[in-house]
Amino acid sequence: MIDSSILWEETIQPGATWSHVLKRGTAIRLTDIEGGANVAAIFYNFECPVERFNLPDTLKAQHIARFTKGFVLYSDMGRILLSITDDSVGWHDPLGGTSNRRLVEQKYGSASYQEFRNDSHKNARDSFLIEMGKWGLDSRDLVANVNFFSRVQVDDDGRMTFIPGNSKSGDYVELRAEMNVLMILNTCQHPLDPNPEYQPKPIRIAIRQVTAPAFDDACRVSRPENGRGFTLTDRYFL
Amino acid sequence: MSVIATGTLVESKRIAADAIYRQIIPAGEPWIHEIAKGQYFRIVDLHGNQAVDTLFYNAHDYGDRYSAQDTIQYQRNIYLTTGTKLISSSGNVLLTIVADTCGRHDTLGGACANESNMVRYAIEKRHMHACRSSFLKAIIDWDHGMSKRDITANINFFMNVPVTPEGKLTFEDGISEPGKYVEMRAETDVLVLISNCPQLNNPCNAYNPTPVEVMIWAAEP
Repeated sequence: MIDSSILWEETIQPGATWSHVLKRGTAIRLTDIEGGANVAAIFYNFECPVERFNLPDTLKAQHIARFTKGFVLYSDMGRILLSITDDSVGWHDPLGGTSNRRLVEQKYGSASYQEFRNDSHKNARDSFLIEMGKWGLDSRDLVANVNFFSRVQVDDDGRMTFIPGNSKSGDYVELRAEMNVLMILNTCQHPLDPNPEYQPKPIRIAIRQVTAPAFDDACRVSRPENGRGFTLTDRYFL
Repeated sequence: MSVIATGTLVESKRIAADAIYRQIIPAGEPWIHEIAKGQYFRIVDLHGNQAVDTLFYNAHDYGDRYSAQDTIQYQRNIYLTTGTKLISSSGNVLLTIVADTCGRHDTLGGACANESNMVRYAIEKRHMHACRSSFLKAIIDWDHGMSKRDITANINFFMNVPVTPEGKLTFEDGISEPGKYVEMRAETDVLVLISNCPQLNNPCNAYNPTPVEVMIWAAEP
């Protein structure tokens, strides 16, 4: 399928980190190449990074503990950073957080760069902090993340269970930027993934130009809260 | 209406008369205070169903702070109660909950802000007092170089915010009552930042914010 609006495409390697300022008026599609990928993601207003993704505001405005098409990702300032405009998966995880060095060593053992070169074991937390450093951000800027392609189910007693097989080969999710969004992505495994092997998966990204959300845009009209979120976001650019 | 098993309720042996510090936090006011390693820290819901929005920091490194996601990931459960270790963004245990007569506390719902109130209720609600303004006021007065970057996802003590197996976040009737409390032991020196929630738009506190009490006991010998 050839889409002339695509500006560029790229593969993000397993266990790798990637960042980009996704401009208002563009969208990014994340595609799970092999199935079973996980993409940890954090977001900032590029022009003023102290405005950043706020997970609790996002969940309580929409009464959700999962992400799919029609939902939006809020900043702490009541504005919409990104809209989820398309999704073949149906469930992306907001709860599980990221792996850290201790967890990766306990689960998969250590694998140093000296011995394993670029197949050495990485963790999402340290990888986020390194990438954040490139943009002048540090540990005090770390925020709760989304895990695209993964699913964690919560039972009546609050117990969290990772659901394997949530995303298949070719599954995708598309995020439309409603602001100029510094996004940092990492493809390490989900921290609750029971797979005992270090087997992070690659993803494909495609960035394309999109039209501005219309007055009847599915995300804008999905609930009154999101309508107000779009109003506040539009006012930021006036 | 959720039902909490009474087996999860654990009382503390510490009595108020032995506390080395007691303070009433009025409705809508913040409170910031250091707690030394080994000390015990209790929050009392004096009038019932009052949201106590709380953040913790390593007292010697504010970049190492309470992390809601790390805490629920570590215990594989979204509710905080007796036995919960409050985990920092660097993977350290800041405090352990040692007693809880309420049974369940939320860490997904976050703190209210002027801006989130505009989204949730009405743009005209911007002027109404909100937790994240209280947080900012407290860290400005604290004057140790903290800023909005340090206001991260918090705990809502005494709030009941269940997640359903279908992935919905719901705000249920409170399960707290007058006199219910939660008590923690500091596992390292911590800074506590509280906003005693002023929210008037949400039935969680019966539209009536009320005072709470905090108490500190010395470390056990």
